[in-house]
Order: sequence, then C-alpha cells, then structure tokens
Amino acid sequence: MALGYSDQMHHSATETQTKVDPKEIIFEHLGDAYGWELPFAHHRRIPLPVIVYGTDGFHVFSSSRVTDGEQFQDGNATFVIPAEGDYKGKVVEIVDGQQVKPYDISITKNVLALFITIAIVVMCSMSLVKWYKKNGNKAPRGFTGAFESLVVFIYDGVIKATLKQDARRFAPYLLTIFFFIFMMNLLGLIVIFPGGANLTGNIAVTMTLAIMTFLVTNIFGTKHYWKDIFWPDVPMWLKCPLPIMPMIELFGIFTKPAALTIRLFANMMGGHMIVIVLTLLIFIFAGVGGMVVGGATVVVSVAFSIFMLLIDVLVSFIQAYVFTMLSTIFISLAQEHGHEVTE
Amino acid sequence: MELFTPGFGLVFWMFVSFAVLFFILWKYAWPMILDIVDKRADLIDKGVEYAQNAKEQLDNAQLAADNLLNEARRKEADILREAESLKTKIIEDARAEAKEQAKKETEAAKLSIEQAKKEAELSIRDEVGAIALSIAEKVVRERMSDDKAQTKLVNTLIDEIENQN
Repeated sequence: MALGYSDQMHHSATETQTKVDPKEIIFEHLGDAYGWELPFAHHRRIPLPVIVYGTDGFHVFSSSRVTDGEQFQDGNATFVIPAEGDYKGKVVEIVDGQQVKPYDISITKNVLALFITIAIVVMCSMSLVKWYKKNGNKAPRGFTGAFESLVVFIYDGVIKATLKQDARRFAPYLLTIFFFIFMMNLLGLIVIFPGGANLTGNIAVTMTLAIMTFLVTNIFGTKHYWKDIFWPDVPMWLKCPLPIMPMIELFGIFTKPAALTIRLFANMMGGHMIVIVLTLLIFIFAGVGGMVVGGATVVVSVAFSIFMLLIDVLVSFIQAYVFTMLSTIFISLAQEHGHEVTE
Repeated sequence: MELFTPGFGLVFWMFVSFAVLFFILWKYAWPMILDIVDKRADLIDKGVEYAQNAKEQLDNAQLAADNLLNEARRKEADILREAESLKTKIIEDARAEAKEQAKKETEAAKLSIEQAKKEAELSIRDEVGAIALSIAEKVVRERMSDDKAQTKLVNTLIDEIENQN
C-alpha cells in the first residue's frame, strides 16, 4: 500500500504540484476499487470485471472502460463512475439523466483478494492432506508441519478447550474462520499484488463473518439456551410484567456479532491507517519544511512504518485468534444443556 | 463514508466464497487432518506405553536372569562341595578297605610264612637229623674200630644228653 502510494505522491509532487489531501488518499487506500494498482505506477491498474444488474438485466464489462470517468454504453444501458455525489467512485447506470445504483457484484479488488485468499487457504490445507495421503501417520515437516501445528494449536487450545464434546461438530467452521481471517489479514499487509487489499479492514467482510457466527450460534442453539434468553433464572419481577431481562438477553444476541464485527474491522483498519498516515507524514512535512525536515521525516516514518507493520503481523494473528475464540465461546454458550438435562 | 457502510457486492461475494471455502475444507480437509492428528497422538501414546512396558520387562528379565545365575552358582557350589565330600568319603572308604585287605593279606601271608617256616624247620630238622645221623654213623663206624673208644664215646654222648636234659 505504502509503496504504490509513495510513488503516486512522488509524481504528484514533482509533476502536477497538487496539494496532498491525506483524507482522500487514506480512504482511497483503505477502500475498494474496480482495478488493482500496479506497484510504482499507481494510476495504471489491472482492470477487473464489472458485473452489475441494472434496469435491463446483467451487464459484464471490463472496469478499464469506466475507470477514467468516461461513460460506457452496453446495449441500452449507460454506465459511469461519477467523481462527485452520493455514488462517488461507484459504477452507476444513467437512466433518463438520473444516476441509478445497480446491484453491483463486480469482481473488485477486494473480491479478487478474497478469491486469492481462498485459493491460498485451500492450497495450504490440501498440501497437508496430500502429505497424509502420501505418508500416512508420519508427522509433516516444513511449511506443512507449521500449518498442521497451527491447526492443532487452534483446535486443542481454543475449540476443544471450550466446546469439549461438541468440538468436532463445530471445528470445521471455526478452523475455516480462523485460517480465512488470518490469511486475509496477512495478505492485507503485503504491499503489492496479490496483497494490499484491505479486506478485514472492510466492514462488509467482518460483518459477514460475524453474521455467520451469529447464524451458527443461533441455529445450533439448544432449548436451554433459548429458555435462558426468554425465561432466565432471575427474580420474577425482572421478567414478568416488564420483560427486562429477556430484553437485555435478546439485545445481547445482537451485540455479540456487532462486537465481533467492530473489533476485527477497527483493529485491522487502524493498523493499515497508521502505516499510511506515517507514510503521508513524509510528504506533508516535506511540503512544509523542505528537504531537511522531509529527509528526517523519511527516516522516522520508515522506521515507525516497519515497526507498525511488524506489530500488524502480530495483530493479524491475534485478531484471527480472538475472532475464532469469541466465536467458539458464543457457540459454546448456546450449547449449554443446563442442570435439568444432566440430572 | 464507504468504509463504514457495507457494500452489497462484497457481502455477496463474501458469502459465496466463504461457502465455497467452507465446503471444500469441511469435505476434504478438516475431518481428515483432525483424524490423523488424533490417530498419530494415539500412536505416539501407545508407542510410549509400549516402550515403557518393554523397558520394565527388560529390567525384570535382567533381574530374573541375575537370580537364575545366582541360583545356578549356588547349586554349582553345592554340587562341588558334595562332590568333594563324596570324594573324600570314597577315598577314605577305599583306604579303609585297602587297609583291611592288606591286613588280611598280611595275616594270611604271616600264617603261610609261619606254616612254611614250620615245615622248613621240620624238614631241616629231619634233614639235619638224617645228615647228623649219617655223619654220626660214619664217625661211629670209624671210631668203632676199637671198643674202648666206643665205650668212651657212648659215655660222652650219654653225658651230653643228660646234661642237655
């Protein structure tokens, strides 16, 4: 992210002399895009397919046709990416001079990063499976061994420790969640293709993950779990005339996925944002104080950026771990069988 | 702000790709990985147990072997001691028997020697008697030429015999 960025800054500083707009740059980098920027040539992007469902059905075309602000005529529909307004930066259809937002399921940078992540996770786990098929009960070595120990670490340390006898039932979901998030986090830290997409720092991604945990928790919830929500073991006045506790419990069902969403999103986005801001500082200070101040800022900023990126590697693991752990805890809370069942 | 409002497209693809990923891993990866890891852990546990048992057995075997060896040594010593005493006894017996035998032999020899001696004495006496008689006869025949001498001799002889008795 920072690499491609600094290049753009270099160009804008020397050639166009435009003023640095940190907010614009930060959100451009944290957000999604219809193309994937190439390193050292920020404005040249790998075009990706745009898939939209407009007023007259599906349209599929290359993003290179609209990314420079031009209108694109596909059949009877006209598409454009407006530079201003409510739909700024998004593909919209122009119907009778009005901008109408179509259902947009384009393969954007984030979506492609998603696919790459999945390919990598599948490759990692399949390499382990392949090893087993070839070597039977022998312990894998090297990368495969590292992957296996990570699986065992999560399974034994988090899933089995919390879910006990239900561990095997939910392990596939929880392990998938962990490796998916972990790989998305790590890929987000890599500056150039195939990394650089701020996936887990995008609320759509974290929200979807949290919704899935929410669904798994509540679909597989036991009778006792639902009884605890609507008729908890509290004094009668807390639940009878006014359902205070049930309200709180019901509210709690929805705050859990919200907490999951925000935690992962904020942590990952924060990490990315700090690195971008540190990089931007170079150009801001160079603009204000000239060569000497700019040069000093380069040293400090790069040092801090490296430090922050290293911290982010740690955060990537911790956040994936925390998300998995909390999902496990939420699921295990919904698996309670209560005392009346065990007696 | 776009960052805080989830985009429809990304949510859609997120669901699709997560479903695909989950299906692949659930079908082909996780159960197998967890099974094999479990199986391997069991195998290692069993191996450790086996090794411990084997070591115990080995220790026991060593002990048993030592005991057996000691037992054998003791028996050997016993047998040797017994043999020694037996040997002594046999020698003693043999010696005693030999002594007895020798005594008997000696006795018999003594007896026969005595016998022989007696016989020899008798025969010598007879022979000596005969010789003496013949000598005496010759002497008498020589001396009996004169009566005086005869009488004298007879007298002398009688005296001698008388003195002897």
